[in-house]
Amino acid sequence: MGFESDIEVPVLTTSVEKMVQWARRSAIWPVTFGLACCAIEMMAMSCSRYDIARFGAEVFRGSPRQADLMIVAGRLSRKMAPALRRIYDQMPEPKWVISMGACASVGGVFDNYAVVQGVDQIVPVDVFVPGCPPRPEALIYGIVQLQEKISRTKM
Amino acid sequence: MDAPDIIAALNPLVPGVSYEAASTPDCATVYVPVVGLVRTCGALRDSLGFEVLVELTAVDYLPRTPRFEVVYHLLSIANRRRVRLKVRVEAGDGVPTVQGVWPSAGWPEREVWDMFGIPFDGHPDLRRILMPEEWEGHPLRKDYPVQIRKATDTYEPLQVTEEAFRANIERDRFTRTKPS
Amino acid sequence: MKPVPELRTETMTINMGPQHPSTHGVLRLVLTLDGEVVQSADVTVGYLHTGIEKTAEQKKWQQVVPLVERMDYLDAQSNSLSYALSVEKLLALEIPARVQDIRVLIAELQRIASHLVWLGTHAMELGAVSVMLYCFRERELLLNINELVAGFRLFPSYIRVGGLREDLPRGFHEAVTAFLDGFPPKLDEYEDLLTKNEIFVSRTQRVGVVTLQDALGWGLVGPIARASGSTYDVRKAFPYLTYPSYDFNVPSAPDGDVYARYQVRIQEMRESVRICRQALQRVTPSGAWAAADPRVVPPPKDKVYTEMEALIQHFLIYSQGFTVPAGEAYVPVEGARGEHGVYIVSDGTNRPWRIKMRPPSFLACQALSSVIAGSMIADVIAVIGSSDVVMGDVDR
Repeated sequence: MGFESDIEVPVLTTSVEKMVQWARRSAIWPVTFGLACCAIEMMAMSCSRYDIARFGAEVFRGSPRQADLMIVAGRLSRKMAPALRRIYDQMPEPKWVISMGACASVGGVFDNYAVVQGVDQIVPVDVFVPGCPPRPEALIYGIVQLQEKISRTKM
Repeated sequence: MDAPDIIAALNPLVPGVSYEAASTPDCATVYVPVVGLVRTCGALRDSLGFEVLVELTAVDYLPRTPRFEVVYHLLSIANRRRVRLKVRVEAGDGVPTVQGVWPSAGWPEREVWDMFGIPFDGHPDLRRILMPEEWEGHPLRKDYPVQIRKATDTYEPLQVTEEAFRANIERDRFTRTKPS
Repeated sequence: MKPVPELRTETMTINMGPQHPSTHGVLRLVLTLDGEVVQSADVTVGYLHTGIEKTAEQKKWQQVVPLVERMDYLDAQSNSLSYALSVEKLLALEIPARVQDIRVLIAELQRIASHLVWLGTHAMELGAVSVMLYCFRERELLLNINELVAGFRLFPSYIRVGGLREDLPRGFHEAVTAFLDGFPPKLDEYEDLLTKNEIFVSRTQRVGVVTLQDALGWGLVGPIARASGSTYDVRKAFPYLTYPSYDFNVPSAPDGDVYARYQVRIQEMRESVRICRQALQRVTPSGAWAAADPRVVPPPKDKVYTEMEALIQHFLIYSQGFTVPAGEAYVPVEGARGEHGVYIVSDGTNRPWRIKMRPPSFLACQALSSVIAGSMIADVIAVIGSSDVVMGDVDR
């Protein structure tokens, strides 16, 4: 039954690197770091219409020590920046950061004294998702791009 | 009830304070001098029924003296009336707090201090609320720049030092005695 | 017999936030706990301060609309509505009745959308996770309507100074009618899940009680005051738009606890559906969509491409903007969180001198520390959820 009857020896060969990449990209669990309006679209993305669970991001972990992705969703104010850095530092390796929205990527509409002009001044960002706020499909595309980036990452 | 009526109602309740009416398209506006502010607010709340302080804010009219105006929006639910009080403040002067009259004034006054630098005399907890504690400058003043280029602080020292942390842990251990 | 070790009890200080799944954004609470009981709570806000008010002083009057919408991001079009009403008061603009009815319709739909997010997150934090999925499913229908009207889900910038951005699209009536027909049974479904649910009731009744006098003293005029017995609603007390001609009730409950606030907001959703149905009947599929003031409202695009005067008018409006006479105005509306208004000071130029948004959630956060003192940690989550704070509104 199934394809087992077509092959003689039930063993798959691959490289450790490919297997680790597959494992890492298939179950990226984000930490809840919703700051502002983008957080609402992030919540919409995790709900039933744009279900993010089918892409592997099954649960949003409350604690950064159990997560591997941080989606910075919303405008980062200067007062919040130390907290962002601390949460990022608490995440175990391997970890990735998606900067969601215009405000997290470059400061967005708010070019002023209070908003950090781009989260990449503080944490290294892997994927930038533009939009104000980006549609849930755009964020899903961002996560898929991150998965492809992980599958290209050498060990 | 427009501004002259309110002033007429206030004059017997708060003697010795001279009000000024202003004309605005939406509701009655009364200029109140700083000295009579708390008594006026008390009279408005108790006798004229303005039991809710809806908003407390300030405006910076920079080239003009007096530089600031602190604005209070009051609401009377029973009488369905609104009034706006304005207090002219010079740069550097303070305003008495109205937190004793309406508890909702606490945080808005902190915000005015944070954003404009107007101190409120008698406020129990006057510190910054929207900006970080060690921020310098008052952002909503007209001479404060909109955009600043400043490196972002990403490090916050822990509230206790390492020695104090260890001392706390030692102090909290149970005192165990050996079993007899 | 073993001697019992000497026990000392001390209070424990715990920091909740600013990153925490249940604080509705970046709110920081430093709780002093005696076991599970909160002795005192120190509320710190400011982690989302965006300087919207300072940035708005650099923009022209119409450019402030997208900034103001991003303040209270759940109830976005009430923000732009209150801003537009205040500026139109200073401009003394005459807005056609059709535009006002459309604004009423949009404001009520936005209220339903905001309450759905409130209900979803509040129920999820108290354990009813499926309610969150159901509420967001309904909200997607409302966001589809937003997208149909103006092309954007969350911040359409559809309500502008002078009226609306453009006329209603084809299919609007059908879409809204379909939503209004399908929504009340869904509300019944949520009530089936929660209202008589023993766990929900025991977690929310007699929790976070706010007396009416305290609510008014803290300035919380909105669903919180209405759940403590008040009947104050800006739509009835200081009517704006065409609300006097609509037939609706203002729900209110006497208890003042979390359960009463839940009931008041569910009822508000039902009343909003009622208002929307009445508004939809009055709104014609096409007609006037802005005031007839050429200084403020840009002409239709087909005229801009063919007529010289329209081109000049378009250019003037979009390059230097319109000027608003000097003065000040504050016209509040009834947002989803209570009285919401924008206090505008104009100095007669094409940029605002000062705008200040009256933040209902800011005052709710202020009252939080006194409401949660004395309750248990689990109640803290229920109280924060029921006060419906949106941190964009608190920190601006």
